[in-house]
Amino acid sequence: MRTIIILLRKEFRQILRNPVIRAMILIMPIVQLIVLPFAADYEMDNIQLGIIDNDHSSFSEMLITNVTSSGYFQVSKISNSYNEAFKSIESGTSDIILEIPKNFEKDLFREGKQALFIAPNAINGSEALLGSAYLRQIIQDFEGDICPDVMVLGSIDKNRLEITSSNWYNPSLDYHLFMVPGILAILVTMIGGFLSALNIVKEKEVGTIEQINVTPIRKHHFILGKLIPFWILGNIVFTLGTLISWLVYGITPEGSLILLYFCIGVFLLAILGLGFFISTFCNTQQQAMLIMFFFMMIFILMGGLFTPIESMPNWAQVITYFNPLRYLIDIMRMVVLKGSGFHHVAFHLIILSIFAVVFNFMAVLNYKKTS
Amino acid sequence: MDEFAIKAQNLTKKFGNFIAVNSISFEVKKGEIFGFLGANGAGKTTAMKMLCGLSIPTSGTAKIGELDVYTQKDKIKSRIGYMSQKFSLYDDLTVLENIMFFGGIYGLRRSLLQEKCKNLLNRLNLNRQRNHLVHSLPLGWKQKLAFSVAVIHDPTIVFLDEPTGGVDPLVRRQFWDLIYEASDRGITIFVTTHYMDEAEYCNRISIMVNGRIGALDTPHNLKVEYGVTSMNDVFYQLARGK
Repeated sequence: MRTIIILLRKEFRQILRNPVIRAMILIMPIVQLIVLPFAADYEMDNIQLGIIDNDHSSFSEMLITNVTSSGYFQVSKISNSYNEAFKSIESGTSDIILEIPKNFEKDLFREGKQALFIAPNAINGSEALLGSAYLRQIIQDFEGDICPDVMVLGSIDKNRLEITSSNWYNPSLDYHLFMVPGILAILVTMIGGFLSALNIVKEKEVGTIEQINVTPIRKHHFILGKLIPFWILGNIVFTLGTLISWLVYGITPEGSLILLYFCIGVFLLAILGLGFFISTFCNTQQQAMLIMFFFMMIFILMGGLFTPIESMPNWAQVITYFNPLRYLIDIMRMVVLKGSGFHHVAFHLIILSIFAVVFNFMAVLNYKKTS
Repeated sequence: MDEFAIKAQNLTKKFGNFIAVNSISFEVKKGEIFGFLGANGAGKTTAMKMLCGLSIPTSGTAKIGELDVYTQKDKIKSRIGYMSQKFSLYDDLTVLENIMFFGGIYGLRRSLLQEKCKNLLNRLNLNRQRNHLVHSLPLGWKQKLAFSVAVIHDPTIVFLDEPTGGVDPLVRRQFWDLIYEASDRGITIFVTTHYMDEAEYCNRISIMVNGRIGALDTPHNLKVEYGVTSMNDVFYQLARGK
């Protein structure tokens, strides 16, 4: 016990004396939580629309007004031919082309149906998808608006179903509410993962580890002496992040704060264990950094924050089961947005505990005092 | 009580096909200052690491006192001191914090540690620098501090791996004063060096050549045996392969 206290005192002194770590603990939560949620905004409101109006009727005018007044689209170009409009896609000034055919109004009255042509630039897949979905929605609304006029002629299907939906847990579809808990999870992952991976390797690089290895210090004491300071540090960062998301976004957890801290605590043990495990087989900080980066990229990109896990192909979904961050992001959203209780996240916690035990066990096992 | 501090027999370390230490056998008497000489790459550091429990021998036996290097590593570690070739105190801790840390790790009681700390700072004239970060000290001072920390728990034997490399002659002299003081307290000294004047300070020396022990005797006897007047010439003859 005394050995651990001595190790902790040493570790805290070194951490607090390091100006870079001190700065990162403060700056990382602030920047990530204030900048990222605004930047990683998936709502589209500046889609550049090229329009080819071959009809020039009052209906086509009305449709164009509806589209432009929706707030999602800006008309970048009004062309006379598809070729001309396509050039504007090629040059990057338009994202989507909407072509209104000749006799649009006339045929709509005569036959009760009409075909419009939408051509999105699919280089940015999600923009194309969302853009054409918005556009389709507007056209459908337009169809509904003109229905009474057209229905006079009695040729439109009168039994159309209208579907309305209400969004639970995030009724106004506030993007920040969705992003912030996830970014908080990433924050804790990055602080914990990088600091732990670099720490033991640094002692190897400087040579102090040899002096430690020649003392009768026990391996698990040494790892505990490294684990506890960074665990506390991770909790401090999480607290800072939670405060920021409350002050800036007004987000307070629907569920229990104690449960959140408990989950973060277990998760930190897992990610710190991984960091220490990596540092036991690396000899330089550069190696440790590269390997940790590799894991970080996969953890973050496959954690369900930026791409929903449900929309990944099956094989990719299987990979996410081995991603501890996935469980934390899930927990964060469940507890912060839904107010889930302990028994809802119990499964996640069991998995995270398994990660924690396995990683730390491997770290102690692989930390060799002799070569 | 065993009269040997170290007893190595056919001690060998291989790295793949390379034999770093080739079946060396030697004994170090209790309380003696034993010089471990050899050209760069002759296998000195590897041999020393095996004796400290930092490296597992490929074959052969070695005992530190009555303790076996294979099975009683942890016991050995609480009874030896070690100062590596690389400076290995914590640069970002102060002089005082380093002493207290390593003393604490070796399990010294707080009261005893504080007393030792006081004596040590006085002996090294580091009282004014006690709260300075170690990284701000000149190399010679760092080495003296590292040595004092390596013997703070009064080990039965201390291993010094080129402790005076890059240090000026005056500080080297002071460093050897510290070694003699530790020796007077009954600590066995096992030291590697490239300075032949330092070899003369040792009770006995061994010279390693290509992983083997080429010669082992007192400096005087070695000079007589090789018919030369200085340790330098002994070293040249051996290193060249006679």
